[in-house]
Formats: sequence, C-alpha cells, structure tokens
Amino acid sequence: MNRTLNQKSLRITYYVLLFLFLTLALNFTPIKVVYAQDPTPSDDQVNEIARQLYCPVCENTPLDVCPTEACRQWRALIRQMISEGRTEAEIKQYFVENYGARVLGAPPATGLNRLVYIIPPVIILAGAFFLFRALKEWTKPATASATPGASEAKPVAQDDYITRLEEELKKRK
Amino acid sequence: MTEIKDTAPKRGVPMWAQAIIWGLLIVLLIIVGLGLNRAQQGTVQPGDKIPDFRLPLFKGYEYEGRSEVKLYDFRGKVVVLNFWASWCKPCEQEAAELQQAWKANKASGEVIFLGADYVDTEPEARAYLKKFEIDFYNGPDMGTKISQLFRMKGVPETYFIDREGVLQYVKVGPFASADEIQIHIDELLK
Repeated sequence: MNRTLNQKSLRITYYVLLFLFLTLALNFTPIKVVYAQDPTPSDDQVNEIARQLYCPVCENTPLDVCPTEACRQWRALIRQMISEGRTEAEIKQYFVENYGARVLGAPPATGLNRLVYIIPPVIILAGAFFLFRALKEWTKPATASATPGASEAKPVAQDDYITRLEEELKKRK
Repeated sequence: MTEIKDTAPKRGVPMWAQAIIWGLLIVLLIIVGLGLNRAQQGTVQPGDKIPDFRLPLFKGYEYEGRSEVKLYDFRGKVVVLNFWASWCKPCEQEAAELQQAWKANKASGEVIFLGADYVDTEPEARAYLKKFEIDFYNGPDMGTKISQLFRMKGVPETYFIDREGVLQYVKVGPFASADEIQIHIDELLK
C-alpha cells in the first residue's frame, strides 16, 4: 500500500512539475504578434483594370499592353491605388477626372453618351422586326393573300362609253 | 378610259416607320459630319479669342497664394501658355529656355508664364519641374479640358496670348533658345 501511495505521489509530483515548466516556458518564450503583410497587387490585378483603360496619348492602345514610359507610370499608379484599397470604380473615376472620358474603353452612360447604348439595340430590334414582317409576307402562299370575296368585287368604274353602247344595242334589238 | 383602281392591300414599311428611320439617319449623318469637321480643324489660330479656362496649380506653384487661376485673371498681361509632360523628351529641350525667359520677364509683371501638365502623373511632373528648376505657375490639365480647348495635337506646344486674350502666336515643338521666346513676347508687349 505504501508503494502505491508513493507511485501516486510521484505521478502527481511529475504532472505538477510539468505544468510549472510549461507555464514558465510559455511566459518567457518571446512570442511576437505576427500580422499578415498587405499583399502587393499582382500584375493580373493591375491589368484587370488597365485593360479597361486606354492610353491617353497613344492611339487605340489599351493601358495593359502599352509599352511607353507614360503607360508604365500609369500602371504603377493603378497598383498604388489598389494597394490603398481603392475600388475599380474609384480608380476609373480618377483617370476620367484627370485624363478625360476618352481613357475609358467604353463611354460612360451619362448625357448624350447614353445614346451609344440605346441606339444600336433599338436599330437591331427594329431591323429584326421589319425582317420578320418581310419574311412573313414572302412566305405567304399566293392564294392565301386573296381576301375573301375578292372575286366578287365589282369594277369600281364603268366605262361610260361602253355603257351607252350597250344601251344602244339593247334598244336596237 | 378610266383606270381600275388597285384594291390589293399595300405592303412595305409604314410611312411613320420610314419617317423615323430617315430622321435617325439624317441625325446620324449630322453627328458624323460635325465630328469630322472638328477632327479636320487644326489647333486654334492666331487671331482667335481664347475662351476663359481654369488651371489648378500644383502645391508650391501657386499664383499669389491661389491654387487655381483663370485665364481672365491675367487680362492686361501677356500670357505664355506652355503644354508639357514629364514623359515628353522634346519638352526637356525647351524647359531650361522657358525658365530662363520667365526669369527675364518676371520682374516686369507684364508677362505671365503658365505651364499645363498634359496627361501626366503628379510625382513625375514634380520631379520634372524640380529637375529643370522651373518656378513659374504650373498645374495639371485636368481631364485634358484646356488642351481640347486649344485643339492641341501634342506636346510641347506654346501659345502666346496678348493682353486682350487674343491668341497671337503658336509654337509647335520645342523652342531653340530663350531669345526665340523673348522675340514673341516683345512683339506682344509693344
């Protein structure tokens, strides 16, 4: 029985010492708080926006493929603005304010520019409508185009001379 | 002989639709015509009165403490308006000459030099101004409004505007020397 008690007490002592050791170790181990680093915007993120913008200087060259020094600076500006947390809309608005609406790949839907988005679909729909009507007419059978009772339609005008002639002939009979 | 009227139903596009289609086509042609007309116009020409415009100024390049100026603020003075950009190599050829001409005329108070930075980024623009020690009034051409007003074709371009706000001379490309700038200023000061 004494041996059992001794073993038990040894075990308890062991666990207490282990606990104390761990406590001391954790308290004195220098644990630094590590923050996740702000990721630098990737080229893909930059080009996702640059693709929608056009070089204000070069003709018809999207900003993501423009090789000039000026375009490189603008892509760097986009990268900086992304890292500052600006949204795509804010970045595009900044470019419009600084360089004009012509930097946009698509015109903004404001003022007269709205016509660019309205007129083509209207023309396409109108064209489709008239084409449909024309096809319908062309494919109608010839007999079906005759209105009921058309064969019974009387000539609107009689030839007065023929009428008088027939009356004269009747008198002579 | 009298004619038999055709009683067959009329086919084709209704008159109202034709009127709309023709109307739209005419409007489209007018718009295209106006666009082509504008595209064929060159830059503003000597003798043209320049409409008023606003030029915001970079910090450190203010005019009498003001961060924005209008052309009409300088009525009664000769205005030399220079369009430039930091990415423009020919602009570098005349930067020193412009600054030299500005220094020669600054004291008289009769001449104002304005620099409009064309489609540029501010850090690079400031670096350019610092590099050439330019201290006349400079600012960005926001939205390219001013360059479009002048129907500018490229940089550098410099416009000499007289005391009444009428354009008197246009220089396309860089100046060869400060004397070349001074000749045109002297003509306007007469």
